[in-house]
Amino acid sequence: MPTKILIPTPLRPFTDKLDTVELDGQTIGELLQNLTTKYSGLKQHLYTADGKLRSFVNIYVNDDDIRYLQKDQTPLKAGDTVSIIPSVAGGAPAVAEPLPELSGDEIKRYSRHLIMPEVGVEGQRKLKAAKVLCIGAGGLGSPAAMYLAAAGIGTIGIVDFDVVDFSNLQRQILHGTPDVGRSKLQSAKDRLNALNPNVHIETYEEALSSQNALRLFEPYDVILDGTDNFPTRYLVNDACVISGKPNAYGSIFRFEGQASVFATKEGPCYRCLYPEPPPPGLVPSCAEGGVFGVLPGIIGVIQATETIKLVLGAGEPLIGRFLIYDALRMRFRELKLRKDADCPVCGTHPTVTKLIDYEQFCGVAPHQVEAAKPVATSADALTATELKAELDRGETVQIIDVREPQEYQINRIPGSVLIPLGDLPKRYVELDPNANIVTQCKSGMRSAKAQAFLREKGFTRVRNLTGGVLGWVDQVDPSQPKY
Amino acid sequence: MAITLQPAVNAAIRAHGRDAFPHECCGALLGRDGVVSEAFALPNTTEEGPRRRFLVRPGDYRAAEQRARDTGLDLLGFYHSHPDHPAKPSQYDLDHAWPSFSYVIVSVMAGEDQLLTSWLLKDDRSAFDEEPVTYAN
Repeated sequence: MPTKILIPTPLRPFTDKLDTVELDGQTIGELLQNLTTKYSGLKQHLYTADGKLRSFVNIYVNDDDIRYLQKDQTPLKAGDTVSIIPSVAGGAPAVAEPLPELSGDEIKRYSRHLIMPEVGVEGQRKLKAAKVLCIGAGGLGSPAAMYLAAAGIGTIGIVDFDVVDFSNLQRQILHGTPDVGRSKLQSAKDRLNALNPNVHIETYEEALSSQNALRLFEPYDVILDGTDNFPTRYLVNDACVISGKPNAYGSIFRFEGQASVFATKEGPCYRCLYPEPPPPGLVPSCAEGGVFGVLPGIIGVIQATETIKLVLGAGEPLIGRFLIYDALRMRFRELKLRKDADCPVCGTHPTVTKLIDYEQFCGVAPHQVEAAKPVATSADALTATELKAELDRGETVQIIDVREPQEYQINRIPGSVLIPLGDLPKRYVELDPNANIVTQCKSGMRSAKAQAFLREKGFTRVRNLTGGVLGWVDQVDPSQPKY
Repeated sequence: MAITLQPAVNAAIRAHGRDAFPHECCGALLGRDGVVSEAFALPNTTEEGPRRRFLVRPGDYRAAEQRARDTGLDLLGFYHSHPDHPAKPSQYDLDHAWPSFSYVIVSVMAGEDQLLTSWLLKDDRSAFDEEPVTYAN
């Protein structure tokens, strides 16, 4: 006599949508045999390849699990109801999906890779499956992204919110002269697509922040840090540690570059090396200190090299090693780094488990750049237009330009005296403490420090020129060049 | 195939993932015609350690089916969280998957909910296909 079998929702597509099936069988084993014979699509979902009932398939006779009865041999009697009840299970971690195939065009394009055993077809497919996120499309991001695209990294993400400026072209080779004024992302995307149309470019027109970093990092395998400031550098490091993604790190200043691979499982992170940022202002940015244009070419390509090696699993990665490159002396040095057990982020008892406010951590006021724009009128500051008006009225104003001599050669305010910020402590004695002084630099940051220094030394009338010499060129004398 | 989450469902799944962190959470998806209108939270009863695994016991599965019947909805699938892991199905997920169900995975990184994805088992059980997730009432 037939027994009623209740079919769970996910298996109904295999039983002609029926939620109840009636079949004959003396035992459970026999009944299920008949069921899978009649509805053959059920078999692979109920049984493993070697014919055993899958561990997450539960068979109940009335309200009892057959595991606690006689399993397959459980006899059936008139009026019994058999239920197939799934237990639903799953969990992390994720496994790699099957690697994508290479097209005929790709095989031609990557042939010089394919003939080397360290890469080969398998390695090239790994590159195609890989997703790399470049933080910044500037000096480091440019050469890195170009070589990653050329090498066939399948997906390249770029985070940037800047616009191409003439002053970028000396080193940021993703962008050309016709791109000036365009978004860096658009320019980068066009360039990379032209280089290799097989590569998928994702663009994120936003500033990397504690709010978006983990979300942006999530789909990617490797993060390539091409940032130019400490708050973002610490943010990238911490987000890499928290999300478990390696950080292909690089940084540049004037003629010197650094590179390493941080935040791998076994290796150190940036905070193992530098637990705390330097005091604000100690290390000038490239905009203040300058950068040798070819330098990011070397460092960005080292970052790309390490990224590709990480994807391939080939060679000796730059983990636990800190590479320092001096372009003027043409020397590479290597320091050994150890993972610090007391590291606040990647140590054994981390104190930083969430992303924090990195601008505060680095002692930088948020949106400092905006703060330097001409907005204030007070005893503390004045704009270029106001300074010009005072000079035109014949007032006596002593303008102290605290930039470097090579900057002074590019543009200057007539009548200004050059005393580089670093020389001020020994040269301020040349100045009259009661004079009407205006401090000035390129955009107003260094001169604010000079202003504070002079006030501390007892100078009574010191104002800072907001917007610096750039403001002067914009508002008063457009005939002078900007840099 | 595609799955649509009502805003309250999306919020409930994400909140459940955050609350359970660093453990995995799980629950059933109830609704009609591909639109999920209720996230029915279930206890995670795995004995393998809930940081990496989740298990919905037969009794709870029946409760979910019962809940669907009581509310006139269909059982459309299950959701679970991946603490500190991407929202991609694992081999373990694949080994334990049922056909026709939508498997929604929300990644929870350092306690914050991140990407949410949904997956369907291929007919030959060889892999999952990702299905688009849309959000609407």
